[in-house]
Amino acid sequence: MELFELTIKELHEKLKNRDISSVEVTKSYLERIAATDDKINAFVAVTEKEALRAAEDADKKIAAGNMDILTGIPVALKDIFLTKGIRTTCSSKMLENFIPPYNATAWEKLEKKGAILTGKLNMDEFAMGSSCETSAFGPTKNPWNLNCVPGGSSGGSAAAVAAQQTVATLGTDTGGSIRQPASLCGCIGLKPTYGRVSRYGVIAFASSLDQVGPMANSVEDCAIILGIVAGFDQKDSTSVDIPVPDYEKSLVKDMKGVKIGLPKEYFIDGLDSAVQKAMNEAIAVYKGLGAEFKEVSLPHTDYAAATYYLIATAEASSNLARYDGVRFSHRSGEAESLTEMYCKSRAEGFGEEVKRRIMLGTYALSSGYYDAYYLKAQKVRTLIMQDFIKNFENVDILLTPVTPTPAFKIGEKSNDPLQMYLSDIFTIPVNLAGTCGISVPAGLSRDGLPIGLQLIGKPFGEESIIRGAYAFEQATEWHKGRARL
Amino acid sequence: MKYQPIIGLEVHVQLKTDTKIFCGCSTRFGATPNSQTCPVCLGFPGALPVLNKKVVEFAIKAGLATNCKIAKRSIFARKNYFYPDLPKGYQISQYELPICEHGHLSVTGEWGEKKIGITRIHMEEDAGKLVHSDIPGLGSNSGVDLNRACTPLLEVVSEPDIRSADEAVAYLKKLHQIVVYLGICDGNMEEGSFRCDANVSVMPVSSDKFGTRTETKNVNSFRFVKQAIEYEIERQIDLIEEGGKVVQETRLFDPDSGTTRSMRGKEDAHDYRYFPDPDLVPLVISDNWIEESRISMPELPETKLKRYQTELGLTEYDSEVLTATRELAEYFESVISEGAQAKTAANWVMGEVTRGLNESGLEITESPVTPKQLAELISLIDKGTISGKIAKTVFDIMWQKGGEPAKIVEEQGLVQVSDTGAIEKIIDEIMSGNMGQVEEYRAGKEKVFGFFVGQVMRVSKGKANPAVVNDLLLKKLKV
Repeated sequence: MELFELTIKELHEKLKNRDISSVEVTKSYLERIAATDDKINAFVAVTEKEALRAAEDADKKIAAGNMDILTGIPVALKDIFLTKGIRTTCSSKMLENFIPPYNATAWEKLEKKGAILTGKLNMDEFAMGSSCETSAFGPTKNPWNLNCVPGGSSGGSAAAVAAQQTVATLGTDTGGSIRQPASLCGCIGLKPTYGRVSRYGVIAFASSLDQVGPMANSVEDCAIILGIVAGFDQKDSTSVDIPVPDYEKSLVKDMKGVKIGLPKEYFIDGLDSAVQKAMNEAIAVYKGLGAEFKEVSLPHTDYAAATYYLIATAEASSNLARYDGVRFSHRSGEAESLTEMYCKSRAEGFGEEVKRRIMLGTYALSSGYYDAYYLKAQKVRTLIMQDFIKNFENVDILLTPVTPTPAFKIGEKSNDPLQMYLSDIFTIPVNLAGTCGISVPAGLSRDGLPIGLQLIGKPFGEESIIRGAYAFEQATEWHKGRARL
Repeated sequence: MKYQPIIGLEVHVQLKTDTKIFCGCSTRFGATPNSQTCPVCLGFPGALPVLNKKVVEFAIKAGLATNCKIAKRSIFARKNYFYPDLPKGYQISQYELPICEHGHLSVTGEWGEKKIGITRIHMEEDAGKLVHSDIPGLGSNSGVDLNRACTPLLEVVSEPDIRSADEAVAYLKKLHQIVVYLGICDGNMEEGSFRCDANVSVMPVSSDKFGTRTETKNVNSFRFVKQAIEYEIERQIDLIEEGGKVVQETRLFDPDSGTTRSMRGKEDAHDYRYFPDPDLVPLVISDNWIEESRISMPELPETKLKRYQTELGLTEYDSEVLTATRELAEYFESVISEGAQAKTAANWVMGEVTRGLNESGLEITESPVTPKQLAELISLIDKGTISGKIAKTVFDIMWQKGGEPAKIVEEQGLVQVSDTGAIEKIIDEIMSGNMGQVEEYRAGKEKVFGFFVGQVMRVSKGKANPAVVNDLLLKKLKV
């Protein structure tokens, strides 16, 4: 067995027992990245030198008996997390030369537990996309089929986990950006409740929707990582000050007495037959584990995508105003005046999808349109939230598909934004409701592409979806499947 | 035709907090450019604002002092526009739900007493500033200094209730006095700690429909406010009289010429695309918090003014002078609490103390004579140890050289002579040396009395007790 095939706990035990060194583990991952990333393009940057130096330090700590759960374990990060002294681009030309002066809180917490950074992972530019095709540094490819997209925006993260280039990673999820790529790449991705993990130092796309979460090849690894990064952060006013439970306690194999809701709006006619089949089989597995099922309704589901694309773009139009060429962002060399500097810097620095969303959002907030678009969207958002809250009075979790179809071909939807936006229809409502969801491998399509199932929990109910995901994982073999590279 | 000006004011009050509104950077004025910055106030990617509690406390106090209703729940909003001194591309402000609403201030003047409505007070962050010259190494380029970015401001918006430049100035002075009294603003207008935008329109007196208004920006002294408004009123009337139309626009005041000029028209007005800032949660203020703020507020000038008249029996004029600044009022009140009588204390503070301050260019807080020392000096007069006239001499010595009044009186031998025998002796000598005047007095020319008093005081070097001198002189001259 290769070192890069181990879980966090297995690596930890071996490091602790001095069976292996951190340098060996780190080298194993760096070699894996070198051997596979030409094909996948999951990495924007590999921080080899820094990683090896950190691994040597980790080995000294381990030798001194000074060890934490992640000490000496290498991980890569989505390039949306600010890493002090290490270029952070958000996969945009705009931030091509941006070297942050500080760390994102989530990364700082991992680093404090001993994690070593091996590199920064590709993504859709500014997290805007569902396929990783909008990256300024070329698309990432799905390890299961290199002609297919890995999903997005955390496409590099999902592909890196699926290709075993990293044991675990952090993604961000604004409308499905963790769960959708996890589903398309056959790994686990958890989007926590809004406010569960600090957003400080995470480049903002849509502030009221963005949330940081773990991605890995096992539910256990996700639970470990979530336990580390969750919690109140004084630097993020929207993070919530409630205690972080021990998520590993939720790793139980049975589902006795658990009530699972099946929202009828998620099992639609357009659902891919392989996806439908995977869902049916999953329901049977859960029944076997003792769960009870109930059909429920989330009546405002139809409005979720429209609502999302108004709120997210409105917030983005404002969040991305700071990239004006004055300080850290790209500045055009052609400009003769202030207005020209703004226009040309932004025209050159942003990609097409980012520009599209800035324009959409600017329009939605404009005087005369605000009430009809942004304000109305906020009202619908409240209705969507209430849909979830009401249902959680009767069921513990909801089970749905993650995406209507398995991974699509590169280029297939990139010229059809609306089709692209619809690939997130099952994940978006969770962000609008501000609650938590997890994607777990639950099948393969006829073409051998992964299919995921989504469990949705009540706000701050991460324990219930971790339990549901773990029980399913342990009862099935899907999570053991690996892309052949 | 006669015209009625309609005026509303927007005042930006820079709050005197140690740190900025959304980060921990210092707010000190005049530091090296960009030395007081961090990822938050530089608008770095990923940085998030965290509200400074002190700013809220100051806003609550400002609201209570201006009779506003304090909102239990208020919301921060983003005001979006591009400018190099605005690092995030938006200003965090408040829009639909500000922290204070529905207040008023009363101003008095030739128009009598008048209530001027305050529409709202909201919290916001300041922008940085651009530097266009004298930057080493930048040549002809412009530089951005973000030290001021994220400094806390209150914007106080009045109703269009003001009808003249004088009313506007009176309102501003009152507001200025209040925020300085509250200790929430240093009031320094030159450094921009208290600045004003004036909305002015005119309409025929017979009309009830407001004319088109202009907004004149950044008027930084009371005098300039008066000039700017008067100029604007005149300009608009002239324009209408000539058959023209006032256009809605933003104008800039030029202090050198005392005129205003157009900055941007309505068509160039920004669409600020306000929306609630998703990085900040709604601000919830408990009744308790409001009460705590109320209790920690100092007595406000208006209340003091009334109390000085009713409780201390001072005139309206004296009360106004003494309450002009919180420091002067505190000095005066300390003198009283050290035992001096209010009226006497008022005369001394407004007389000798103020004169001393003016001559030496000092602030009341820097007065070389402490309230306690002044109270002791006054008590020496009350006890008859020294006369009021001698007291002024003693005061001058205290002011110049310092020292306790009783000690100075003793050292300089200034104790008042009340011994009738000693004074009688002086009077006898003077009378025998001035028999002519004695005859005149006795013949009915009572004015000569003053001559004798003066002579006695001269011979006694001012130390003779004036009351005793009067008594004895009357007795002896009448014989």
